[in-house]
Amino acid sequence: MTERDFLCLTPFLIIAIAPVVIMIVISILRNYRVVYGFSVLSLLAAFGSIFFILPSVPHTIEPLFIIDGYSMFFLGIIIISALLVTLLSYDYIKQLDGVKEEYYIIIFTSTLGASLLAVANHFVLFFLGIETLSISLYILIAFQRSKSNSIEAGIKYLILASVSSAFLLFGMALTYTAFGTMQFGAIVAALVIHDPLSTLVLSGFGMMMVGIGFKLALVPFHMWTPDVYQGAPAPVSAYIATVSKGAVMAILIRFFFILRGFNNHYLFFAISGIAILSMFVGNILAIRQKNIKRLLGYSSIANMGYLTIILLTGSNKGVQASIFYLISYFFTTIGAFGVISLLSTCEFEAEKIEDFKGLFWKRPWIAIVFTLSLLSLAGIPLTAGFIAKFYVILEGMKAGLMVLIISMIINSVIGLYYYLRIITTLFSTASEAKLPELSLIGNITLALIGISILVLGIYPGWLIDIIVRFVTL
Amino acid sequence: MILIYLIVILLAGAFLAWITGKQNPVRPRIISLVALSIDLIIIILYVLQSTPSNKDWLIDIKLDWIPAFGISLHLALDGLSLVMLILTFFLGIISVIISWKEINSKVGFFHFNLLLILAGITGVFLSLDLFLFYFFWELMLVPMYFLIGIWGHENRTAASNKFFLYTQASGLLMFISIIALYFIHVHSTGVYTFDYLQLLGTAMPSSTGMMIMLGFLAAFLVKLPVVPLHNWLPDAHTEAPTAGSLILAALLLKTGAYGLLRFIVPLFPSESVVFAPIGMLLGVVGILYGAKLAFAQTDLKRLVAYTSVSHMGFVILGVFSFNELAYQGVVIQMIAHGISTGALFVLVGQLYERIHTRDINKMGGLWEKAPVMGAVGLIFSMASLGLPGLGNFIAELLILIGAFKANVLMSCLASLGLIAATIYSLRIVQKVFLGKANTDWKMNDLTLREKIVSASLVIAIVWLGLFPRPVLNTAKPALLKTLNKQKEITFHDRIITNKINIVKNLLLFSEIEKKD
Repeated sequence: MTERDFLCLTPFLIIAIAPVVIMIVISILRNYRVVYGFSVLSLLAAFGSIFFILPSVPHTIEPLFIIDGYSMFFLGIIIISALLVTLLSYDYIKQLDGVKEEYYIIIFTSTLGASLLAVANHFVLFFLGIETLSISLYILIAFQRSKSNSIEAGIKYLILASVSSAFLLFGMALTYTAFGTMQFGAIVAALVIHDPLSTLVLSGFGMMMVGIGFKLALVPFHMWTPDVYQGAPAPVSAYIATVSKGAVMAILIRFFFILRGFNNHYLFFAISGIAILSMFVGNILAIRQKNIKRLLGYSSIANMGYLTIILLTGSNKGVQASIFYLISYFFTTIGAFGVISLLSTCEFEAEKIEDFKGLFWKRPWIAIVFTLSLLSLAGIPLTAGFIAKFYVILEGMKAGLMVLIISMIINSVIGLYYYLRIITTLFSTASEAKLPELSLIGNITLALIGISILVLGIYPGWLIDIIVRFVTL
Repeated sequence: MILIYLIVILLAGAFLAWITGKQNPVRPRIISLVALSIDLIIIILYVLQSTPSNKDWLIDIKLDWIPAFGISLHLALDGLSLVMLILTFFLGIISVIISWKEINSKVGFFHFNLLLILAGITGVFLSLDLFLFYFFWELMLVPMYFLIGIWGHENRTAASNKFFLYTQASGLLMFISIIALYFIHVHSTGVYTFDYLQLLGTAMPSSTGMMIMLGFLAAFLVKLPVVPLHNWLPDAHTEAPTAGSLILAALLLKTGAYGLLRFIVPLFPSESVVFAPIGMLLGVVGILYGAKLAFAQTDLKRLVAYTSVSHMGFVILGVFSFNELAYQGVVIQMIAHGISTGALFVLVGQLYERIHTRDINKMGGLWEKAPVMGAVGLIFSMASLGLPGLGNFIAELLILIGAFKANVLMSCLASLGLIAATIYSLRIVQKVFLGKANTDWKMNDLTLREKIVSASLVIAIVWLGLFPRPVLNTAKPALLKTLNKQKEITFHDRIITNKINIVKNLLLFSEIEKKD
């Protein structure tokens, strides 16, 4: 390892060291505020360190890591999302009884797993990252041990995620059997010789697709999503929907593009099918939900379906679109879950649609952020979601994926229907229910998210320029 | 910059109204009134000091917005948009005044939405960048949705959802068309741009052009609305608060008509000619069917809503006649319908405030109790049936003459609409103001505020009926520009096809000669 290698790994080192420090601190003195403050600062430091690395990209650390503009962008998004989730967790976690400082340790380990996925250039790191992420998530989902919902969700996720990891691992093994290498670049080189693809390789890729499909909750591997979203604490649901899925998406896009999978007919049709199914199933099942967490779960299935279109565009511009989409989706989803977690107390989880009745007249600012998030998910102008959808449609149409784009359009209308239902509830006559007082941090974070959604919706040019400058695959 | 100011003033007013609404319900009203008046004054001052010129665009401003995609902030004003803007600000002021007593809850947020809709409409009338146009097009929707959904009548939730889904779904089709047009332009020229002026005359195969045009048409025809797609309108109009109905009928529907004139005809000159017979037929069906349904209603507001369907049929009939007379009629119709139907909605709102019902069967004999209101009602019913001397007469006459040149049968059928309009308009007067009083309502006549509103609307419609020349002259260059572009390109197409045929024949000849 050279000095430059170390420099390039600074963010990872910070994220890895921080939980160790927290562990030591809480073994001496348990103080919720100190741990919280330290976590926030460490995440900020990790984010800041990305800017120090930027001059030395692209850089490869053989054989595992690839540090380029693409991975740094994803790393940045992942850390920012983890930071936002942490900021919004303050009140929610504080109310829990029993130990709660450990929550932040696990946030760090899962973020470490997620960020490894962004830089992975090798099956080993791929699997390590995904396992670190998943194992941390088992704990996070079941963090409210007193609630049966939470335990149930944790176990469900545990079983399904391990099965999917097994699939992933088996797929990797098959690919390794065929090519004798686990490095992405070497696989591509081997593919050129092996063309056309053998059954062995195809089944290997197929198995990996199943594993990844589980993590991204694409149809038909989506069954766990609503239950887990509902059972997990609201900030953790936000975390799964954003950081976990974003990281897996990062590696999927990289792997798929390196392989140029979109040139293979089987993969092309399989992925088109998965994308269309995910959009329709996610949106149609969301229509009848009464629980907002479940509804957002289904909506995330549909959103991953939209994003899958990008895989098939096969162009750098498509990758850039996907990054913009993810950024907008992250802000939006964290905003929506953030509102839920700020309005929840330890006895009462604000998750039914009726719980939000008349929120606008009682807590206008929070309701505005919630409305903005929902409008952004629905893709209405003035919000980030509109530009994001436009970007994806633009690149999809450029690549001639008309069937996929038209299903996306149809689904946008279906989606609109259930988002509107929530918005209508927000603005209807207020109910008597009491709402908890909000902390300053929560308010500021939500305000930041709301402003970001608006800024990205009205003046997205600068971000697009940055993405175009740094991100190529 | 003046064009940007127009929109910024409305947006700033919207936020100010919202913020100040918490302490004092009067402030947002005054702020909205001031913001709209400033806009109206700016535009009128502009009209007064400008000299007639032959330029295509009176004001034209272009700034970068998202350069990566070739999206710019391109706003421009010509005669057509000028006329529409004056209508927008005038009716905007009216809608603030009529809500003065009607809206008592959440006043700040109400005016926020009102001004936001008007900002969106202003943007639609000014944008010359297709992306920007779509942006404003959608911007009108959300606040309108709130306006209906929060301050509406009993079935407001269903009505607002229906309104939103219809317009959003059709808007997305237009969006796809816009992007398709963008890529076709990229393929033929290599330039990435959403700019209207550059996209004009993009060469494309006519089948593709037809598909793209249908996407645009979906959005405009739903907004207008045209008969099979009109389902959202009666509900939305009926359930909306008075200001909402006024803006819906008088301005929002006009964005559809404006879209036809500004985008369909110039962007798809030859395709729109192919579509013209269907378009005219849709217009005639709308005129007759709307009138029939209007006659069948017992809910007064719903009745007025259906008259909109009927009157908008004339607009689409005129647009697809492709001649100057019809286009002048279309412009006058947009304004006259905005004023007369708007006024009828105001009247229904005033009645509802007094007797809390919209059922015609419970009314009757109201003239004796409220003679001024009755007179206003009579004037606008007459306007609606097309009485000479009022604006609608000029409009419908011009459209019918224009359409007669293009298609005799359609024009004859459409003129039956005037008879139908007479029947339903007289029914309003007869059932509401004349006849026997079914219930003994206790009600007072119009207050001073309401008299001012009604008087200004009456003056406007009479002025339009007697002296339409200023409006016609203002809009004329813009209309001629549209028509010329259309003629020139269809003509051009024909020349090209002729040339191609000649070349083909020559080639054929030479091959035959070779064989010989």
